[in-house]
Amino acid sequence: MTRGIRQGVFAALLLAAAGAAFAQSPARYGLGRAATPAEISALDIDVRPDGAGLPDGSGVSSAGATIYASKCARCHGATGKEGPNDVLVGRVPGDGFPFAADPKVPHTIGNYWPYATTVFDYVRRAMPTTAPGSLTNDEVYALTAFLLHANGIIEAGAVMDKASLPKVAMPARKYFVPDTRTQTAAKPKP
Amino acid sequence: MKVTRRDLIAGAAGAVALARTAGAQTPADPTKVRGTPPRALGDRASTARVQRIVRGQVVSSTPLHDLMGIITPSDLHFERHHGGVPAIAPETYSLLIHGMVERPTIFTLADLKRFPSHSQIHFLECSGNLGRTAGPETTPGMLAGLTSTSEWTGVRLSTLLGEVGVRSGARWLLAEGADAAVLTRSVPIEKALDDALVAYGQNGEALRPEQGYPARLFLPGWEGNASVKWLRRLEVSDQPFMTREETSKYTEPFANGTSRQFSFRMDARSLITAPAFPNRLERGWVEITGIAWTGAGRITRVDISTDGGATWAAARLQEPVLPLAHTRFRHMWQWNGGEAVLMSRAVDETGYMQPTKAELLAQRGPGTATYHLNPITGWVVQPDGRVVYKEESWA
Ligand code: HEC
Repeated sequence: MTRGIRQGVFAALLLAAAGAAFAQSPARYGLGRAATPAEISALDIDVRPDGAGLPDGSGVSSAGATIYASKCARCHGATGKEGPNDVLVGRVPGDGFPFAADPKVPHTIGNYWPYATTVFDYVRRAMPTTAPGSLTNDEVYALTAFLLHANGIIEAGAVMDKASLPKVAMPARKYFVPDTRTQTAAKPKP
Repeated sequence: MKVTRRDLIAGAAGAVALARTAGAQTPADPTKVRGTPPRALGDRASTARVQRIVRGQVVSSTPLHDLMGIITPSDLHFERHHGGVPAIAPETYSLLIHGMVERPTIFTLADLKRFPSHSQIHFLECSGNLGRTAGPETTPGMLAGLTSTSEWTGVRLSTLLGEVGVRSGARWLLAEGADAAVLTRSVPIEKALDDALVAYGQNGEALRPEQGYPARLFLPGWEGNASVKWLRRLEVSDQPFMTREETSKYTEPFANGTSRQFSFRMDARSLITAPAFPNRLERGWVEITGIAWTGAGRITRVDISTDGGATWAAARLQEPVLPLAHTRFRHMWQWNGGEAVLMSRAVDETGYMQPTKAELLAQRGPGTATYHLNPITGWVVQPDGRVVYKEESWA
């Protein structure tokens, strides 16, 4: 065998080895299919604190009160304070944060929720529990306006829409702090 | 016919044998009757009664006191859901990954299974895993049965993210379920790229519906709620979404007047599962056994006290001691009939030691939410051998 052929065989072997390695773990497997914009928007219902994801539409508290009375009050009480399910309405004097000290203060939208956008996001996806996902965007804006007004956070006539809702400042926002424990757990060796 | 005392005893024994086998049709002598043929699907022994503890509409607990070893049988894995258990046809299932990615992609279940698969044994614990108002007649499962250990099989989330191409600046992922709560949690990208799985297998077979069939997110060592079940969508973002489950719920008020958010990791904890209520001890040697686990890696030590925490001795850890999984411990103890208070405390590889209730209360205050409470727990052995939960007041 000439030196040239030997080198050629060696190079071929190297290539084959590289090919085998590539077959072991490629950067991509080429699985799945491209999602179309329509497929994404059909599922993409989340709303972020900066307002990203909020749909068109609007609502005011008075309209929300009517919907609340017919679709929500039986589980959350006539004014949002009575239950039997989660208490939605209530403020703490001076907007304090007495929850660690006093187990009897219910966590409400007015005294505990740090972001107003969460009200829209959660009500739209999960309420009422008997017909989740059944409310129109206008209904959800109206209910959000009603709950924020009932909690003394916005004025009676304030219109909630994708521009105004992210600007609503929540009293409890300043009390939330990220976990300071070390987040990365000891990694299990694969 | 004259009935003798001997006949009476034999008759009574016969009645006992019948009572034991009633409904189960077990013969008095199994060596004299041919047994049943093979069956496509097995059952538990008809006398082995074991079941979850169902509380209301959204929770059922693992009967930890009935289990051995570290693996939780899949049909006894605890449940916690916010909109019931959805029924999802595997052929219509799909997972959408979009947001800050190069290639928004839809994966079918078959696609997910074509990726390299990983199997990992891990615990999954609900962060609200403590019955704070439990009375003496509380079993370990009733007290803290929202933790289970399974072998989870799936594709690494890092593999899927490599497939779709994460854009620079991505910091968080929103995980969304296909249940009636359309439950959502934000997950830091570091965890997604570390050991997170999109799991479709549980203990060697498909996930149970209660655990997220056909596919779920699984975040080893982290609070159960973040491991979103029935996973339908992952959206990559540069910021958290502040969903209801990470603001209104699953946050912990602290005595310093703040609320801790994104407290994902489960801290080290142990629980004696026997003897405990409703066991009754006989004098002599007793095996004290239970489970310990930590979201920080491996359990390195479990101490046992039989005198209410005055003195401690190291228990034996049963192999395998796996990271982020239940570890079984045991300790032989001689009970001579006096009152005793049995306790266990876990230490993990970071040196963290399971706290007392007093330590937790000092940090959290009596009004804190139920999340991430991992106190040392006691069981009182009464002089007559009865074992009851050592009641604690949290208010
Ligand atoms: C059939 C009873 C029922 C009805 C009707 C109902 N809810 Fe609820 N709601 C619940 C339950 C139960 C929860 C708690 C769910 C959970 O924790 O997963 C809840 C939770 C909430 C929360 C979150 C509370 C918190 O503190 O985290 C909001 C906000 C809410 N509901 C708003 C509404 C609105 C608005 C309506 C009417 C459109 C409504 N609900 C109708 C039962 C109901």
